[in-house]
Amino acid sequence: MPRALIKLPPTAKRGEIIEIKTLISHEMETGFRHSSTGAPIARDIITNFVATWNGEEIFSARLFPAIAANPFITFHTIATESGTIEFRWTGDNGYSASEQVKITVE
Amino acid sequence: MGATGRGRRPRRTHRVASRRDLLALLPAAAVGGLLPSLMVRPARATPAALKAAIAEVIGDAQLNVGRVKLEIPPLVENGNTVACAVKVESPMSATDYVKAIHVFNEKNPQPNVVSAKLGARAGRAAIATRIRLTDTQTVTAIAEMSDGSFWSHSVDVVITLGACLEDPL
Repeated sequence: MPRALIKLPPTAKRGEIIEIKTLISHEMETGFRHSSTGAPIARDIITNFVATWNGEEIFSARLFPAIAANPFITFHTIATESGTIEFRWTGDNGYSASEQVKITVE
Repeated sequence: MGATGRGRRPRRTHRVASRRDLLALLPAAAVGGLLPSLMVRPARATPAALKAAIAEVIGDAQLNVGRVKLEIPPLVENGNTVACAVKVESPMSATDYVKAIHVFNEKNPQPNVVSAKLGARAGRAAIATRIRLTDTQTVTAIAEMSDGSFWSHSVDVVITLGACLEDPL
């Protein structure tokens, strides 16, 4: 089971800009390395990251092998209404992981 | 250990290679050892590949310098994890905002690093992540504005230990 860490304020004022930090455990195998026998190691990375606030997309990113292992992504958004922020990571070999965080907007 | 304690001079039974002999070998060592290591390099992106990757994003538009700030340490010990932040000057209003932020590198096997999609909803055009860099090179961040203009900032980064070169697990 992938482990994701999300850091964002539990409450925010309406219209306030909040910072969201996300981290997920993943090897991010580049596909450019070789094993000790010389056989190429197949690529296995997270290719897409999407964040939605109550179903509305607030941020997305395409990731490439040049992203370090355990992808860490920080972005900002404006707090609009109380609800759930969902984070979804998808990648090679059918990889998919998601995490939900509740936020209260006053 | 010397034999001085016994009041005898150490005997030289065979000739040790002198400094002069070793120096004479240097040119041969340079040709035999150094040059091939310069010529045999792993496959990597070339400035041409970087140009092609950037052209794919900006199309025929002009690439301006400014408004973008790429924050990355100029000297990095370990290329496997390099903190990288991009900030763009923009009012982030409904009519004037940053649509996307792209990061490119010059010498990794692939020129792309990350492409992030933003909008007016972001409030602040600032992202951060951690990237891999295989060698000393130039990293470029490009911001795509809502008016269709593109702005960039490039930073030279010196890498002591590159990513991708370590022994696999």
